[in-house]
Amino acid sequence: MQPIGLLIELKDGHVKETNFGVATAARAENRQLVALVVDAPADDAKAALEAYGVTRIVNIRTGSDGWNPAVHAAAVVAAMQENEITTLIGLTSPTGRELLPRVAARLDAPLIMDCIDIDLDAHRVKTSQYSGKTIATISMTGSHFIYGMRANVVAPLKAPAVAEVIDFAFAADLRGGFEVMETRTDGGGSQYLAESDIIISGGRGLKNAENFKLLFDCARLLNAAVGASRVAVDNGWVPYAMQVGQTGVKVNPKVYLAVGISGSIQHFAGMKTAKTIIAINTDANAAIMANCDYYAVGDLFDILPALEAALGSVKR
Amino acid sequence: MNIYVCVKHVPDSAASITVEGKTGINEKITFLLNPYDEHAVTEAAKIKASSADTEVVAVCLGKAAAENTLRSAMAMGADRSILIETDQYHDSIFTARALAAAIRSDGRPWMVFTGKESIDSEGMQTQFRLAQHLGLPVATNVIKIDADSGGVTVECEREAGTIDVFRMSAPCVIGAGKGLNSPNYPTFPDIVKSRKKPVKRINLTELAIDPPAAGMQILELVPAVEQHTPKALTGSASDIAAQIVDILKNEAKVI
Ligand SMILES: Cc1cc2nc3c(=O)[nH]c(=O)nc-3n(C[C@H](O)[C@H](O)[C@H](O)COP(=O)(O)OP(=O)(O)OC[C@H]3O[C@@H](n4cnc5c(N)ncnc54)[C@H](O)[C@@H]3O)c2cc1C
Ligand SMILES: Nc1ncnc2c1ncn2[C@@H]1O[C@H](COP(=O)(O)O)[C@@H](O)[C@H]1O
Repeated sequence: MQPIGLLIELKDGHVKETNFGVATAARAENRQLVALVVDAPADDAKAALEAYGVTRIVNIRTGSDGWNPAVHAAAVVAAMQENEITTLIGLTSPTGRELLPRVAARLDAPLIMDCIDIDLDAHRVKTSQYSGKTIATISMTGSHFIYGMRANVVAPLKAPAVAEVIDFAFAADLRGGFEVMETRTDGGGSQYLAESDIIISGGRGLKNAENFKLLFDCARLLNAAVGASRVAVDNGWVPYAMQVGQTGVKVNPKVYLAVGISGSIQHFAGMKTAKTIIAINTDANAAIMANCDYYAVGDLFDILPALEAALGSVKR
Repeated sequence: MNIYVCVKHVPDSAASITVEGKTGINEKITFLLNPYDEHAVTEAAKIKASSADTEVVAVCLGKAAAENTLRSAMAMGADRSILIETDQYHDSIFTARALAAAIRSDGRPWMVFTGKESIDSEGMQTQFRLAQHLGLPVATNVIKIDADSGGVTVECEREAGTIDVFRMSAPCVIGAGKGLNSPNYPTFPDIVKSRKKPVKRINLTELAIDPPAAGMQILELVPAVEQHTPKALTGSASDIAAQIVDILKNEAKVI
């Protein structure tokens, strides 16, 4: 059995949903799924990981005080060596973007981020390049292989198993000139865009910051995340973390609602893989209208309140 | 001491990309300085302005045409540049080795800047590999920098509303994020001045880099197909709202 390392992310003591798709993609007869959990409550994660076929959980303790990407990456490398893991899969999430390249750099191993398809036996993946305008098939060579998957590309499928939990204490070498001073959470922990099933985004058509409330109101009823075009961000209506596109977050939701967004090539680069795209725009000739699944030619200031009302009555 | 800024020559984000051969693209399109690297150059120039005896050096591994990108970097504030010339595509395992070797042979870095990612290969990793080869600490998606004699404090945007504050010893590697600054778009006099700034050309073979044991090879490149067939939602605002709810419920099954 070939051990496959899964870099597990927890939030508020729960395994993030997106990890289950990764476990599903990695599973095969001849493989053992080994979950690597760093400085997080591994016992809380056990039942959830077992449900998706994980048979070993490595409970990594670094003794560092909270999040430290340099220490966490070193600990993951040590745990991989201890467990003879040469293949590691994680997500192209904020945590994955910090840890996976650090692990790859330490091991001098190939790494492909944002994979939309993986073949772990052939060490071959598909990923987008040139801002989503092309799909590249890339083959990796080396002694270790690191993969960062795009969230939600594989639907999670359960495969119950029983897992052992192994403690792994990592003695952090805190030299190396990298220290965490603090982690600040402003903004109040909104849902991370790339992990959302439903995203409702606004652009220049929203006209100002206050009007984004119309989107937030609908989003609350839908349990959706709110995104934005660069124009909305550059005008200071919403923070940069909400920008979808080539120079923002790349998202892959089940439904993407583009409201008052023209559908520039750079915006598309970040959301074109959405399964269903719905556009609301006053201009029937906006680029987005020709590149979506459903479009409504109309004023967002009429349609959004109506949508909120309709969603409200579904809820009830 | 020097501030090195790694800049990549990439297709304009608005250009349409046509695949040529099995893994190449038609390069008769506009190429520009990678957008995140613009923030890196701008920040390096800003730091130089308030520090004595600091030179900003732009470094690029690329084809001869990448000189244009180095000229842009110099118009935006770099003092000189280094072009490591190659005809081939190189993965980031190799690229980081070449950039590290060129920096090492040029001088002593105080800071090494990169962008947080390149918009063509979307690798998100060169800065970390470069740091590993130079033996330096690294932070990415940096949106604020405070450098003093003891080291460098950076703020990094990890996710919506989450900022990590790291303290690194200098020298260190910094991957610039979009929130770092507004790029210094050059004026005409800046562009004229940049034409006189020196570009040191190194042939890749001169760096005598040992072939790495690991690699990433593009086997095939294909255009991404969009399979969307637009259908109109019509009627009054509430008719449209009802249809959207129906799609969410019965087709996408998300509510
Ligand atoms: C290097 C580079 C990187 C970039 N990266 C990004 C990126 O990551 N993300 C991004 O989004 N952009 C990016 N851009 C910018 C991009 O080119 C566009 O400028 C931007 O996406 C346009 O935003 P928008 O659709 O909100 O505005 P516009 O293009 O102005 O469109 C506004 C739309 O709203 C509609 N509208 C107006 N009023 C109403 C109403 N009342 N009801 C309904 N519809 C209405 C209009 O008809 C119009 O179609 C980038 C550009 C460059 C050069
Ligand atoms: N060929 C190159 N020449 C100079 N810098 C590069 C090159 N490739 C990557 N970089 C730097 O590394 C950063 C990250 O690139 P990537 O790992 O491809 O996403 C870029 O923003 C550049 O600053």
